Amino acid sequence: MKTIRWGRLMVAAVPALFIGYFFLYPVARILVLGLSELGVGSDGVQARLFQIGWFTMWQAVLSTVLTLLVAAPMTWAVAQYDFRGRRLATALVTVPFVLPTVVVGSAFVALGWRDSVGAILAAHVFFNVAVVVRTVGALWSRLDPTLHDAGRVLGASEWKVFRAVTLPLLRPAIAAAGAIVFLFTFTSFGVVLILGGFRYATLEVEIYRQAVTLFDLPLAAALAVVQLVGVTGALYAYSRYQERHTATWALRSEEDRPRPTGRARVLVGASVVGTLTALAIPVAVLVARSLQPGSYRALVRDDPVVGIPLASAGNSLLYAVLASLIAVTIGVLAAAVITGGRGRLSNWFDLTLMLPLGTSAVTIGFGFIVALDRPVDLRASFWLVPIAHALVAVPFVVRTTVPTLRSIPAEIREAARVLGASPLRVWREIDLPIMSRAALVGSGFAFVVSLGEFGATSFVARPNTATLPVMIFRLLSRPGAGSFAMAMALAVILAAMTAAIVLWIDRAQFGEIGAF
Amino acid sequence: MLSVEGLDVRLGGKHILREVSLTVGDGDTVAVLGPSGSGKSTLLRAIAGLVPIESGSIRWDGRDVTAVPTHLRGFGLMFQGYALFPHMDVAGNVGFGLRMAGVSSSEVATVVGSALDWVGLAGFGDRSIADLSGGEKQRVALARTLAPEPALVMLDEPLGALDRSLRERLLVETRSILRERGVTALVVTHDREEAAALSHRLALMRDGAIVQSGTLDQILADPADDWVREFLG
Amino acid sequence: MRKTLTAIVLVMIAGACDQGEAERPESLRLIAHDSFAGSVNEETFAAFTEDTGIEIEMIAAGDAGSMVNQAALSAGNPLADVMFGVDDTFLSRALDEDIFVEHRSELLDDVVPGLRPETRLVTPIDFGDVCLNYDKAWFEENKVEVPDDLDQFRDPAYAALLTVEHPATSSPGLAFLFATIERFGEDGWQQYWGDLRLGGVNVVSNWDTAYYGDFTRYGGPSPIVVSYASSPPAEVVFASEPIEEAPTGVIEAGCYRQVEYAGILAGTDYPESAGDLIDFMLSVGFQETIPLTWFVFPANRDAELPDVFEENTIIPAEPTRFAPETIAEKRDAWIDEWVAIMEG
Repeated sequence: MKTIRWGRLMVAAVPALFIGYFFLYPVARILVLGLSELGVGSDGVQARLFQIGWFTMWQAVLSTVLTLLVAAPMTWAVAQYDFRGRRLATALVTVPFVLPTVVVGSAFVALGWRDSVGAILAAHVFFNVAVVVRTVGALWSRLDPTLHDAGRVLGASEWKVFRAVTLPLLRPAIAAAGAIVFLFTFTSFGVVLILGGFRYATLEVEIYRQAVTLFDLPLAAALAVVQLVGVTGALYAYSRYQERHTATWALRSEEDRPRPTGRARVLVGASVVGTLTALAIPVAVLVARSLQPGSYRALVRDDPVVGIPLASAGNSLLYAVLASLIAVTIGVLAAAVITGGRGRLSNWFDLTLMLPLGTSAVTIGFGFIVALDRPVDLRASFWLVPIAHALVAVPFVVRTTVPTLRSIPAEIREAARVLGASPLRVWREIDLPIMSRAALVGSGFAFVVSLGEFGATSFVARPNTATLPVMIFRLLSRPGAGSFAMAMALAVILAAMTAAIVLWIDRAQFGEIGAF
Repeated sequence: MLSVEGLDVRLGGKHILREVSLTVGDGDTVAVLGPSGSGKSTLLRAIAGLVPIESGSIRWDGRDVTAVPTHLRGFGLMFQGYALFPHMDVAGNVGFGLRMAGVSSSEVATVVGSALDWVGLAGFGDRSIADLSGGEKQRVALARTLAPEPALVMLDEPLGALDRSLRERLLVETRSILRERGVTALVVTHDREEAAALSHRLALMRDGAIVQSGTLDQILADPADDWVREFLG
Repeated sequence: MRKTLTAIVLVMIAGACDQGEAERPESLRLIAHDSFAGSVNEETFAAFTEDTGIEIEMIAAGDAGSMVNQAALSAGNPLADVMFGVDDTFLSRALDEDIFVEHRSELLDDVVPGLRPETRLVTPIDFGDVCLNYDKAWFEENKVEVPDDLDQFRDPAYAALLTVEHPATSSPGLAFLFATIERFGEDGWQQYWGDLRLGGVNVVSNWDTAYYGDFTRYGGPSPIVVSYASSPPAEVVFASEPIEEAPTGVIEAGCYRQVEYAGILAGTDYPESAGDLIDFMLSVGFQETIPLTWFVFPANRDAELPDVFEENTIIPAEPTRFAPETIAEKRDAWIDEWVAIMEG
């Protein structure tokens, strides 16, 4: 028995060291540094803190609920039916997820959606629909259809079957998607800044303002603690929920979706076309604005000021490859630890891995500066950017692989052990191939997270290599019709790259996965 | 020879096995018969090393294997739900144990071929698990268990999930496969006929304890108590 | 894997051996905000490398505020040898944290009057003016006079033409607030902004929303926005199709001047070479590349401006400038007061 525990410990050590050294330690250092200087806050500060905290919370909850609702029809359609263009549709849905907030913000402003909570919520939905479609869709497409059919035979209407059978079975995935959307919107920065006018501030915006512009590190640290407490609370609730609702069900192969017929055909068409059209409106604005004479050609020319703009695509791809490799390694090992262990410890481990998603970029960036100078000075290293991206991407890998690992019946692993497979071998022969598809989906997410990441990148001191979003931001911060059109053209290229990459990942199959 | 002595297992605070002792001679088949929930499956899992043991010992040919990890025990166990690997084809499943033992791939292919022959599934090697019927799955599971030639074969409700006509046919097949290959086997079932058909020695189990053991005739002639009489009808 | 380990070990050994005084380093690390770092290419420091044999390693550090914070947090064990791009707004914070060591550049006498700071800890390299920009075409078509005094915006007819950025989230927004504070006095600016608000001034969070979202030149509603004196030349340089004359102009009234400084970071092993780099950045050769690379103005008065600057913009004669101490002391209160006026 002892050897097994040692093995587990070694597997756990890699993700634990990663998250410990690159997240917990830097964040702890910066918070301790900030809080040690903190005086007693005046009542005015406390009132403002409460007001900001409250707004942050309710807009995030509302954004999450709205995202789940808006994404539902599309999720249903792609999960349940096979139709021409299905893969393309799921790839296109992912595009908004990577677009830089500055670009989307400017599209929303151009459409007149601004200075209101409504605009903020709409943008949050726009960005996050993909999270729901992909996370929930992955599970939904593999639910055993006989469960649904059984419900129908027992006399329940479609709607009742959905409520009584399908929805409860989907809960873990809905909760996972909801948790991710919540974290994203809870820490929303650019969207709130650009579309909220100046009347609304999330904790993230306020942390930036206090730390970076007002130099009030103590207050920023206090805000960061409030943010962390909020995020941890939400994650704790989520993990308790998951604990109560984990089950192993009959899953089927996802290849045998039916083609929609009759009424279903109309509904599928309406869901897919409707959702894509809504998401396409802001993207169409980008495309329209990018269509200035020569704007695309200018992307490959050597600009005297920013160099060859399209070269940033190469940098972004390199970072994305590295970040997703790190994220998949860490995420898959972590998923093994989380599903292999029982009880509190693995729950807290799971929760800790999610924290970077809900931590402000300022906190992480400044944490790197105070913490990562020993034993090797990594503070301005090339590796910080992919590491920062991987921190944000790991939760995606974990969230997509854990449900699959949990759905593997214990007997399958036991059968392998009885047949002579050591624990490590069981993992390699059973867990790894079965989760490879899910891990691939997760790494796809990691890849696009890295492609679109801007916040953490801009807070990390780094060698002078611009990513696509950073380049877009640079072009957008200088005057001239040419600059503007180039920024938009680059955003369109980012969108196209994303769609192509997601499409490619969706097509690739690592090992055949049968029904179980 | 398998000898189990004074096996005690507690799971989640419940006392699942109480002082279970049992022996299976080389080439013998013993059937553990009892109602569902009596601890039969746990007994097999304990012998395989899949559940922690509170006290007692498991010996194989006199050697204490109680502390040996599952994968090194060299026992075979066919699970009630078959537990076939969904991501491998039939050949991948049947050859799994051999691969774990480090057998060369050409030899694995040969053994898999003949194992599928025994169970009447010649040519099924590249079928997907999802495409198999219930009876075919049972036979694949049996072939997978037997292929590495384990010292001891344990079968957990081997025919439990199948319909009546299929059961009768497979019962005969399974028995002949076990006999022909001269394996030492421990079978668990809740079905008296199945137990009688597969082995000549029975152990009756209730609430985690062996109530009586012997051949069916011996037990019927002198049942230990009313429960035994009633259970055997 | 083994390669990485070897590399790490080598780096550690190199670090341990580094203690002694090395006269000429092989490279110097220059940390700057993204907009400077992003425009650095092989040629930027080629002349310096040729003269000294020292390569420049560029480190990008986010915006100016984030860069100064990073430097403050790593005081004594700096991320780089030289920092460039700290401006008046953040200078007092940088000075408070003792992140710089002194340097006296011989070229300091050539600096445009008024730019020289009292301290020797930093050296001015460039300046930029935040000014109101107007859309020439709009004023011509609508036959409206271009305003030439901030006071005119008290008239709702003009206030409604103006888009400004929020001073809490945008540095040009803050600069424009400073300009109005100087123009109308510490007791008078509140009334002025009250009038602007009543007149319907448009406030947005950041520069690109103001310029590319709300400026009539880009299809927005406002023909006047708070931008930079260098924006009209940039319009010519970065036009989508070549144009002769800038479509926008600068209003001289209400400009605010920001100076950007460079400093040697305390804790560097190469203070002398770092000083050489700063002198290089202040030399005429480098200074003349500044306008068309970073769209700010050279601090060295001997540096000549390119034609596109000469023809399309002005250098305001009397821009507003606040001392770093004044900014540090009053900025928060001013912003709070402004927010109360504009949002109350």
